[in-house]
Parts: sequence; C-alpha cells; structure tokens
Amino acid sequence: MFEVQDICFRYKSRQVLRDVSIRIVASLTAVIGPNAAGKTTFIKCLAGLLLPRGAILVEGQPMEKWKKTILKEMLSYLPQQSDDKALLTVFEAVLLGRLSKLSWRVKDEDLDITLSVLQELGIEHLAPRILNELSGGQQQMVSIAQALAKQPRILLMDEPTNNLDLHRQLEVFEFIASLTRKRGLTSIVALHDLNFAARFAEQLIVLHEGEVYASGTPDEVLTESLLLRVYGVEAKVMCDDMGVLQVIPIRAAHSKCPRPGDLSCSVGPEFFSEETSMESAIQRGDS
Amino acid sequence: MLGLVIALVAVFVLDIMTGPAWLSVSEVFSALLRSPEADPTNLVIVWLIRLPVAIMAVVVGASLGLAGGEMQTILDNPLASPYTLGISAAAGFGAGLALIVGVGVIPHAEHILVPVNAFVFSMLTSLVIYTLAKIKNASSETIILSGIALLFLFNALNALLQYHASLEELQAMVFWLFGSLMKSNWTKVWIAAAVLGLIIPLIIKDTWRLTALRLGDQKARSLGANVEGLRLKTMIYISILTAAAVCFVGTIGFIGLVAPHIARITVGEDQRFFFPCSALGGALLFSGASVGSKVIVQGAVYPIGIITAFIGVPFFLSVILGRRKRYW
Repeated sequence: MFEVQDICFRYKSRQVLRDVSIRIVASLTAVIGPNAAGKTTFIKCLAGLLLPRGAILVEGQPMEKWKKTILKEMLSYLPQQSDDKALLTVFEAVLLGRLSKLSWRVKDEDLDITLSVLQELGIEHLAPRILNELSGGQQQMVSIAQALAKQPRILLMDEPTNNLDLHRQLEVFEFIASLTRKRGLTSIVALHDLNFAARFAEQLIVLHEGEVYASGTPDEVLTESLLLRVYGVEAKVMCDDMGVLQVIPIRAAHSKCPRPGDLSCSVGPEFFSEETSMESAIQRGDS
Repeated sequence: MLGLVIALVAVFVLDIMTGPAWLSVSEVFSALLRSPEADPTNLVIVWLIRLPVAIMAVVVGASLGLAGGEMQTILDNPLASPYTLGISAAAGFGAGLALIVGVGVIPHAEHILVPVNAFVFSMLTSLVIYTLAKIKNASSETIILSGIALLFLFNALNALLQYHASLEELQAMVFWLFGSLMKSNWTKVWIAAAVLGLIIPLIIKDTWRLTALRLGDQKARSLGANVEGLRLKTMIYISILTAAAVCFVGTIGFIGLVAPHIARITVGEDQRFFFPCSALGGALLFSGASVGSKVIVQGAVYPIGIITAFIGVPFFLSVILGRRKRYW
C-alpha cells in the first residue's frame, strides 16, 4: 500500500527523518522506537500532513499525484492525545469523523455509521456526554471512534492507546486488528508498547534517530540486542504459550548504541550472542 | 433557541413602542399592518422613525454576535471579538477622520463620508491582520497579537484626532464613538441586512468545518479540514460583517464578546446551533439596549454603546458566574 523512498524531513534546525525507505506490505504495521525517534513525523508524512523530501507512493502512485479530496477520504489519521475542551457531545464529536460528507442537514447514513462505531467500541453510553467532561481515556476512545467513523481504507494512528487502562488497551487493539482484517484495511500504528506491537502487528518498523533501524516480522525484529541498542534496555525476549513474543525489560543500560553497527555499549558480550545471526536477516535501515 | 426568538420578537415590538411618544401594542401592530384604522401620525412614527431603528438594532446586533462567535471559534480564544481585535477602533478612526479632518477615502461622497470611511478603515485593518497572519501561517496567536497591536494604534490615533479637534468636532466624534442608532434609515438598514444575508449562507457552508476547528488545529486537520484556508476565509467574512455593522452605528464593544458566550452556554458549540444562537443573542442584547437607551430618561436617548455595557455586563456576569461546569 505504502512505499516510502528516501524521505527526509527537518523541523527548522533539527533533522527528524533521514533517508527513510521502507515498503509497508502488512495489513497491520507498528512503528516503534524510543522517544524522538521520528515516529510521529513519519506517520504525519504518511498522512500527507507534512511534506518531506523524497517520495511516498500510495498504491503505486506518488502521494502528490492523488487528488487531495480522494486521499483525505481514503486516509484517517488519529493524532496523539489532545485535550478536547470543546462544548460538543460525544455523538457530535464522532460524527465529525465524517466531516467531508456532512452538510447542514445530517443524513441518516452518517448518523447510523456514527452510532454503529460507538456501539462497536462499547462507548454508546457516552454519546450524550459533553466532551470536556470526559476522562483522558474516554476522550481517547472518542478520538478512535472519530477516526473509524470515516470508514477509511488506510488507518494511521499515533499512540492510540495512550491514557487507556489495560483492559481498554487490549479491547482497542483487538478491535483495530479485527477491523483491519475484516475490512481489508492498511493500519499503521505508532506505539511504545512492544508487547502490543509483537502481539498484534504483522510488520514492525523500528525507527531510531530518524532512520529505519530494522523492519520485519516481530520475530525477526524484536531481539535482545536490538532492545539494548535502540532503547538502551537490557531485556529478555521469549515466546509465550501462544507463540507470541514477550519482551520483559530487566534494567536500563548505562548507555545505548546510537547507530546501527556501533557495538561499543556499556554491557558485556553476553548480550550479543545468538541474536547476531538473526539480526543479519533483518532489513537494516542503513542497508 | 425558540426562547431566544420569542424574546427577540417581544423586545423588537417593545423597541417600536418606546420613544418620546409611547405607543401601545395594538397601535404598533395596526401601524405595522397599515390597517385603515391606524393613526396617520403613528404610521409616520413607526415606518419612518422607529422601524428602521428597531430593525437596525436587530441586524447590527446579529452581525456583531455572529462576527464575535466566529472570531472566538477561529481564534480559539474567549476574548476575541471585533472590538478586541481593533476592527471597531479602526472604524472609529475612519469616522473621526471624516468628522474632524473632513478627509474621505472616496471623493465626492460627503453625505456618506463617515460610514464609508468607517467601513474602509475597518476593512483595511482586517486586511493588515489577514496579511500578517498569512505571512505567519495564519496561526491564531499571530492574528490576536496583530489585532491587539492595531487596537492600541487606532486608540492612540483616535486620541490624537480628539486632541487636535475643536469643541464641536470633538463632540461629534465622541458621540460617534459612543454608538447611536438614531441616524438609521431604510437605506442603511438594507445595506447592513444585505451584508448579513450574504454572509450567513457562506458560514452555513462551513458549519461542520468550523465545529471541527473547536477540536484544535491538529485534530481538525486530521479530520480533513483545511485549517489555514478556513481561518482566513472566515476572517474575511467577519471583517465585512463587522465593517458593515459598525460603520452605521459607531463603536459597539460588548455584543461581539458576550453574545457568543451566552450561545455557547445555551446550545454548546455545534455550529448549526451555535452561530444562529450567537446572532440571536446579539440581536436580543442590542435591541434590549436600544429600548434601555430610550426609557432611562423619558424623552431623551442615551448613547447605545453605554447602555449596551450597562445591560450586558450584569447579565453576562450572572451567566458566567452562575455556571458551575467549565465551558471554555
């Protein structure tokens, strides 16, 4: 669906993305990486909200060649949590997800879709509540509903489960995963929780200091040495009974290796054992 | 909203009834309907004097209420209004130039010098704010700060004009700055109403995008709104609306600030309800002020700008302080 070719982006003096090239083939892709790795910028570039140098192909066609209105219809982007202070009901806020289709007199179809999204997310009881009276978690659920109400083909989400309790996080990810499968969507989610990434995503993209450090399936990407190099965390990676990878952080290392290939880390060689061969299979950002 | 409409109709009739000669409700209606039993004097009073004033109060109040509401929406600021952004002060300066220096922006238009100058200066100010905003990507902070800077500039220029004015000129200018509906006639009413009638459908077209703007720029953009374009376009609508309103009645500061807050508290921020309510609230307040200006001292008309604040401030404070929940 997406092919990113050598994109670079800078905010004034700070280079945020450096020659990022990646093919996003999976239906549910997670973009992971430490803070300031460039995840949000990357997602915003895919959403067409930032215009980077380089090329982004959507369904084989450069983004700028798509008609803006068609692209806006196709894409739904959920930004990071914002404090919604508007005096709008939850129903009105979710209805706004269908912005391009709304007119003064709202059509029954738009009302039905809004209601069904609220029901699918289990928040229909919030419909008459005023947005600014909701908790952060509830507001986040409303934002997710808003993104889904558009019925997009591509769903881009930036840390959608921030502020949600564990139950809601699971519920939201299960819903997004099933919706992605059922409707044949392309969903790309930036997130911090590696266990959620391992469990739900088919493809992981690891961003580190504005570059693609690695990408592949969770099994290929989530290794102990990668966690040490990218996150500066000593961790154990193991499979649970269901065959899903689990990341168990042990402690923060004194420093992390900033760049791919730089092995001068502050931990002993025991952390660079069997993963080295596996890592060679990973598509490197600098390869 | 229905309550606001009923209240507005009642105040509108009351506005026609009040004046040096009090008319009863039946006298007002028989004159309005031009019934054969209507007193010819009442017909003249109603149709030539009071009706233009009463309609002007409704139109100007609605224009300022609507302009204030949309300004607060696009700038995401509860203090934004045509007054706080210097547009009204610019109109005052334009009027002052005409009254004191006798300088008009359009030659050979002496009889309409004051309103034309006021209109042109308020539009020029909006244009300056618009240009500055466009250079800086139309952020709400740029628009507000540019507007406040211009407010101070025009206040200083107004003071300068007053400093150099003769006693008569000074009196004329101060009277204009106080605001007055008494110079209303049917031509002015039609112009102000036509501008309002032209802008309303344009705002209706953008109601949902304006509602989305209340979720913040980032969210609105992610929902597909062209935030910068919408902000600049609405700024132009507001400028025309304000310029057309204040050029005929003078500087009215309070309506554009208060009416939107009352609307917000009453119907929320879904623009389908918010903007009609904001306009209705403005019309109601200004009509009420028009009545107040005539009844305080029998036989005299107080400047409406003063009465607007006298009526509006306690009402506004009671609404704001009486509300327990956060609304901005």
